[in-house]
Amino acid sequence: MQIVAEGLACVRGGREVFRNLHFAVDRGEMLAITGPNGAGKSSLLRVVAGLVRPSEGRLILHGGDAELSIGEQAHYVGHQDAFKPSLTVQENLVFWSDFLGGGGEVATSLACVGLYALAHLPARYLSAGQRRRLSLARLLAVERPLWLLDEPGSALDAAGQRLLADIMVAHVGKGGIILAAVHGPLPQAARELKLAGAGALAGDGRGAPEKARL
Amino acid sequence: MSPLSALLLRDLRLAVRLGGGALIGVLFFLIVVTLVPFAVGPDLALLTRIGPAMLWLGALLASLLGLDRLLASDHEDGSLDLLLTGRMPLELALAVKAFAHWLTTGVPLVLAAPVLGVLLNLDPSSTAAVAITLLVGTPALTFIGLIGAALTVALRRGGLLLAVLILPLNIPVLIFGVAASSAATAGTVPFRGPLLILCALSLMSLVLGPVAAAITLRQGLD
Amino acid sequence: MRTLMSLIDLATPSRFVALSARLMPALVALTAVAFLIGGIQAYLAPDDYQQGATVKIMFIHVPTAWLGIFAWVVMSAAALGTLVWRHPLADVAAKAAAPIGAAFTLICLLTGSLWGRPMWGTYWVWDARLTSVLVLFLLYLGVIALRHTIDDPTLAARTVAVFTLVGAINIPIIKFSVEWWNTLHQGPSVFRLGGSAIDPSILLPLMSMLAAFTLLFLTLHLAAMRNEILRRRLRTMLLMKADAAARA
Repeated sequence: MQIVAEGLACVRGGREVFRNLHFAVDRGEMLAITGPNGAGKSSLLRVVAGLVRPSEGRLILHGGDAELSIGEQAHYVGHQDAFKPSLTVQENLVFWSDFLGGGGEVATSLACVGLYALAHLPARYLSAGQRRRLSLARLLAVERPLWLLDEPGSALDAAGQRLLADIMVAHVGKGGIILAAVHGPLPQAARELKLAGAGALAGDGRGAPEKARL
Repeated sequence: MSPLSALLLRDLRLAVRLGGGALIGVLFFLIVVTLVPFAVGPDLALLTRIGPAMLWLGALLASLLGLDRLLASDHEDGSLDLLLTGRMPLELALAVKAFAHWLTTGVPLVLAAPVLGVLLNLDPSSTAAVAITLLVGTPALTFIGLIGAALTVALRRGGLLLAVLILPLNIPVLIFGVAASSAATAGTVPFRGPLLILCALSLMSLVLGPVAAAITLRQGLD
Repeated sequence: MRTLMSLIDLATPSRFVALSARLMPALVALTAVAFLIGGIQAYLAPDDYQQGATVKIMFIHVPTAWLGIFAWVVMSAAALGTLVWRHPLADVAAKAAAPIGAAFTLICLLTGSLWGRPMWGTYWVWDARLTSVLVLFLLYLGVIALRHTIDDPTLAARTVAVFTLVGAINIPIIKFSVEWWNTLHQGPSVFRLGGSAIDPSILLPLMSMLAAFTLLFLTLHLAAMRNEILRRRLRTMLLMKADAAARA
């Protein structure tokens, strides 16, 4: 499986966020998308997820399901957590598991992220870090090959960061692909796609893998 | 559980748990109907004559309640993004949400109508006619309203604009709903005619609503 | 003033729960006895020459009308307690009173409708008193809806308190307006619920039933307040549990 982007360009709010973007990520690999705020990291992930149409260029997923769009084979974890405050933790996760076709190991996923004890608590009582963990539980409950993570470590404490790292490493270990917008290093060696912002392109992610800076 | 059932169940749960769901709509309906005699006087004969029309107006306004939150709340917490990554066509997902909204807002109005008919001095046949026309016509109100919800999804104070946009589109439903209700008592126009047109309007809206709403939402994704 | 304040201080939630548990059996017994006495007196009271036995619906209708107003007065006092003194039990009292007030108002409407049916030929005419009670009922439903919609308990308490006080000012105005409106459209039917002067033989049973219903309100209100305090404790425990899990 491989995800390839050719000549991607994106316009948001009349402003061209990036242009002429190329990358190719193979199964078992992570790609770190870095750059200053406003450089277009979130926009790029949304383009890959199919939530935003690119103004130019195309995306191809080799080895995926031809019937489904790329977004339908991906997990998108954005800045918001997509959980309803009036539903319990378990109800929220069960819904997304059923809706996204997970066939769900909901209880196991909750236990993995340390929220099993809070399964019947309404989601409104969760802290920001706990909500983030619930998003991670969704990644575990539904099997999808491609993960698009937008600053996944935000709001997580040290233990949460370790959990995130373990989950990410396990996923690519099983042959998954991760594209992650991050400000710091990824948990394992990954190539870096540097978005310079102001429309210019700094790196094209096609060089040799950079060692993760730990 | 299938994705469709899961979405339906979630929306039903949310409607019930948030702000009382059905009950606020019925309360609003009750208040609007109560306002009528204050405006036109307690003349019972007059109330009987305009009763069906007032019930329809009340139901029309009450059915708008909560429509602006239908899509806006999903947009705000990022659920809409994830709904798009599901393997259900967006049109179908929107139709399911509208259906859940109709069950929790429209149907209670239909059930409340007979009680309110007592307040407006309607006789049983009038009341039954109004209830049937509401049952057939409120889906149209909800599904056309879905379009307004999509148009105003990103706006903060979308509710009023939604009403402004959607109420004119619902005029045919109002016309035939009241015509059918009055026909049941006055008897000059047969009941069946307007009722069948009302059915047609509802069926058409079941398709037009989700399709138009989906197109609108996709425009916003650019 | 000092004694009053220290008395109010005594009414902390936990002491209230203990106190209410002790008071409850006595209150229930008193209420039952009052209804027994009132019921017998009502049964023995003479029939009205015009309406026959249906006039006895008045023994339920009039007290419930009174209690519908009384509940809003209690809520207004509680609203002041919330806004001015920030007393923790004030909001509990307000929240507990609203559904009870709504229920009494609804019973008043239903009994009024049944009472008027033989004379009016229909279940509802827009009679001045009944219409005022209907508007009061709508206000009760509104305040319950308002509290239900706001998540944060402190904000809910204050918002509801403000609305309650606004209602307290507005309700006499509404009542006056409705009566004026009714005189504008005075139809041919002159029957007015409980319009004519009340004969002493009816007055005594009416007073007894009034006392009985008031005791009923107090009993229900006390029980509801206790339940609300326990409910809030439960919520606090849930929050602490979430907090503890976050630290773990």
